[in-house]
Amino acid sequence: MTKKKLVIVGNGMAPGRMLEHLFDKDKDAYDVTIFNAEPRVNYNRLMLSPVLSGEKTYEDIITHGDTWYAENGIRLHKSSRISEIDRTGKTVTSENGVTASYDKLVIATGSSPFIIPLPGKDLEGVLTYRDLDDVDRMLAAARGGGRAVVIGGGLLGLEAAAGLKQQGMDVTVLHLMPTLMERQLDPAAGFLLEEEFKSRGIDVLTRANSHEIVDDGTGKVKAIRLDDGTEIEASIVVMAVGIRPSADLARSAGLETNRGILVGDDMRTSDKDIFALGECVEHRGLCYGLVAPLYEMAEVIADNLLEGASEYTGSVTATKLKVTGVDLYSAGDFAEGEDREEIVLRDAAAGVYKRLVLKDNTIIGAVLYGETADGPWFFDLLKKETDVSEMRETLIFGQAYQGGAPLDPTVAVAALPDDAEICGCNGICKGKIVTAIKDKGLSDLDGVRAHTKASASCGTCTGLVEQLMQVTLGDAYNPAAVTPMCGCTHLGHDDVRRLIVSKELKSIPSVMQELEWTTSGGCAKCRPALNYYLVSDWPDEYADDYQSRFINERVHANIQKDGTYSVVPRMWGGMTSSDELRAIADVVDKFDIPAVKCTGGQRIDMLGVKKEDLPAVWEDLGKAGFVSGQAYAKGLRTVKTCVGSDWCRFGTQDSTGLGIKLEKFMWGSWTPAKLKLAVSGCPRNCSEATCKDIGIICVESGYEIHYAGAAGLEIQGTVVLGLVSSEEEVIEYVSALTQMYREQGRYLERIYKWAKRIGHDEIRSQIMDDADKRKAYFERFVFSQKFAQVDPWSERVSGKDKHEFNPMAVLQAEAAE
Amino acid sequence: MTADIHNWVQIGSLEDIPQEGARCVKNGDMTIAVFRTASDDVYALEDKCPHRNGPLSQGIVHDGCVTCPLHNWVISLETGTAQGADEGQTLAFPVRLEDGRVLIDLSYSHQAV
Repeated sequence: MTKKKLVIVGNGMAPGRMLEHLFDKDKDAYDVTIFNAEPRVNYNRLMLSPVLSGEKTYEDIITHGDTWYAENGIRLHKSSRISEIDRTGKTVTSENGVTASYDKLVIATGSSPFIIPLPGKDLEGVLTYRDLDDVDRMLAAARGGGRAVVIGGGLLGLEAAAGLKQQGMDVTVLHLMPTLMERQLDPAAGFLLEEEFKSRGIDVLTRANSHEIVDDGTGKVKAIRLDDGTEIEASIVVMAVGIRPSADLARSAGLETNRGILVGDDMRTSDKDIFALGECVEHRGLCYGLVAPLYEMAEVIADNLLEGASEYTGSVTATKLKVTGVDLYSAGDFAEGEDREEIVLRDAAAGVYKRLVLKDNTIIGAVLYGETADGPWFFDLLKKETDVSEMRETLIFGQAYQGGAPLDPTVAVAALPDDAEICGCNGICKGKIVTAIKDKGLSDLDGVRAHTKASASCGTCTGLVEQLMQVTLGDAYNPAAVTPMCGCTHLGHDDVRRLIVSKELKSIPSVMQELEWTTSGGCAKCRPALNYYLVSDWPDEYADDYQSRFINERVHANIQKDGTYSVVPRMWGGMTSSDELRAIADVVDKFDIPAVKCTGGQRIDMLGVKKEDLPAVWEDLGKAGFVSGQAYAKGLRTVKTCVGSDWCRFGTQDSTGLGIKLEKFMWGSWTPAKLKLAVSGCPRNCSEATCKDIGIICVESGYEIHYAGAAGLEIQGTVVLGLVSSEEEVIEYVSALTQMYREQGRYLERIYKWAKRIGHDEIRSQIMDDADKRKAYFERFVFSQKFAQVDPWSERVSGKDKHEFNPMAVLQAEAAE
Repeated sequence: MTADIHNWVQIGSLEDIPQEGARCVKNGDMTIAVFRTASDDVYALEDKCPHRNGPLSQGIVHDGCVTCPLHNWVISLETGTAQGADEGQTLAFPVRLEDGRVLIDLSYSHQAV
């Protein structure tokens, strides 16, 4: 009954995958011990770049957490580097003195970054880019600002450069070769990539040969000097010029090695009880640094550990660059040659470049830049060596353009007679639509809707109308691809919003039924969106679906990482008083609230409140006159103000008073995403109104209304909507703008994104120039406020949803015995 | 082996739990989240997401799953297993409904590590 012992040296992605395969096949075959030189569990190394750029955190990229190891009975020794393998005694020993014996051993020591032997390579501030510790070091360096010099314009170097730039550093990339990523890209794509990086403000120097890293006199990096004498100042230098298989351990154990650890097709080393896996391996003369081959190896080893006879025969690899906003895909071999043909497609305006290299009617290489959706399809044709001569003419356009299986739906529409009815609601026939498209030069769906009314009512014929446009316009028609709201529907947000209004759908179940949702009850993505659309479109009739709201909007506080909540009372316009502050202090003491903080929106945040305490906290705050600050809402959050003409010697208007008026007018309104306002008393702009969703700048002649600023994930200044002369007008115009956004925005779409989509001219013409439209928006806003301005805290103090805050049952410890 | 030992404990009635919602049951140091679906099925999970221990009872209930409020992991109400690309499992307790009363089998809590 004793299990055989499997020991794994290294805890990267490849052994993680191997164990999954092994456990799938036979959970009980082995007693598993892992030694990891890094002090942590298994994480997805491919995702280091998003961690560096700040788009993900370490927690997000964990593949197997501690519980996985526990559940599978794996002994994981963290921070334990194996220093010795005793093949005769079949044991391994770590630097920190742990010895384990094995029946089978898997060496997965990975690779280490190649360090160019430059003078100065050991200075403080010279980093590599390989594991999470490197990322932490780079992030720490980035906080100090300055310039980062990245040596190496390959995959890793470019990802590091883009990440460091996003972290706020100035960045220079030095690359020895004439074009970037020359091993994966042809020169044309390398050029496009270089232009893209330059447009992001990253300096790129090609044909740059580093000579020396310069010491600042204290053992730290100061600059880097090139062979031609150029000196570039640098606070850090990142070397990303390649990797070297880590084969030393295997070598010292007497296993056969070359560049890497030599293995046969069965992935065994020269010792039949020892396998090698991953980047440390050399198989048929090749070492791999991409993940796909490593996973293929992992599967082979898992099978062979269970006495299987699987073989690994090498991999063809494809590359994708993980830099947000750069779409790049390459696979195979794309050098030119006499026996080779190529097919190239370029679209300068769209920044698209595609090139396929063919040999004997099969694809042997593919480079895609700017549009990579067909990459996997090309790669599949390449791997299977499919004969492509039949589709050669249309191959480059991708899978969607190929004949065969998916029939062209436009053929059927083209065959319809002119008097065939397309839009039943409005009685529009095919001939009328075709004529309108031709005569009026219409090229988009909205244009056709505006001129013919076709598909403008219920919208169910939208697909037909689009096909008709395709038939009529041919290649000139480029339908904007609609991204579905979620996996429960094929409809996009805009279509759903339009249909909710036109079909008068007033509950979530009726939306799901009428719009043919593919799931029974929706999901966590579509339900909150639908709930918002219904609240926004039918303020007086729709009954808010509490269970479709995110927890914060359900309990009117912000959930924190430990499951406690934070509480932010409203302080109108950022003003407070000694009474209010005293009440807050008393609440903090009474409920033992661990942290109190000022927010960016001029409010006080009490953090770490236990959920069951929330109603009592609100009751005490309510007695002092506080209402919910809605710091949790996709709705009006705060109106930040400066002290304005009341106190400030530069103030031109009463910015504080106006801010309070705006907040009292607009509080409680739900919007597609959070809405933050500010009012500044003069163009010095102390309340930072020009990076808010909506901002007011007071000037001598009146009030300048700004909107569509952002200072979060993206940073961008506001756009001017227009100048008005009275406070009443400010309130009318701002409310109208908000209402327009409320009616058109997609759920979770901030106002600046909505504005970019709709166009500033359109918004200005509706709000500034068209008084009737503005008044109508304003009135709809005022109407919906009648139902929205209810303080959720006092409601709950008086008993609403009280089940939410109390446990259903408290069982005695004995009861569990 | 605890396979044959059951410890059914009554925790309240079906009406105590909102449809497509959850309530908490305190059991010593452990919190158990008890969910009720749109079709009135009841499930019980330890109130801890396998990812970062998020309180599953606070999530949105949909299609036999709950989405954790902290990082949007989707957990099966029946098995406690993470759905999609995520991997992990939280403790699931057997539940029985008798005349609108909800009972859960706490013998399973001994299997927690």
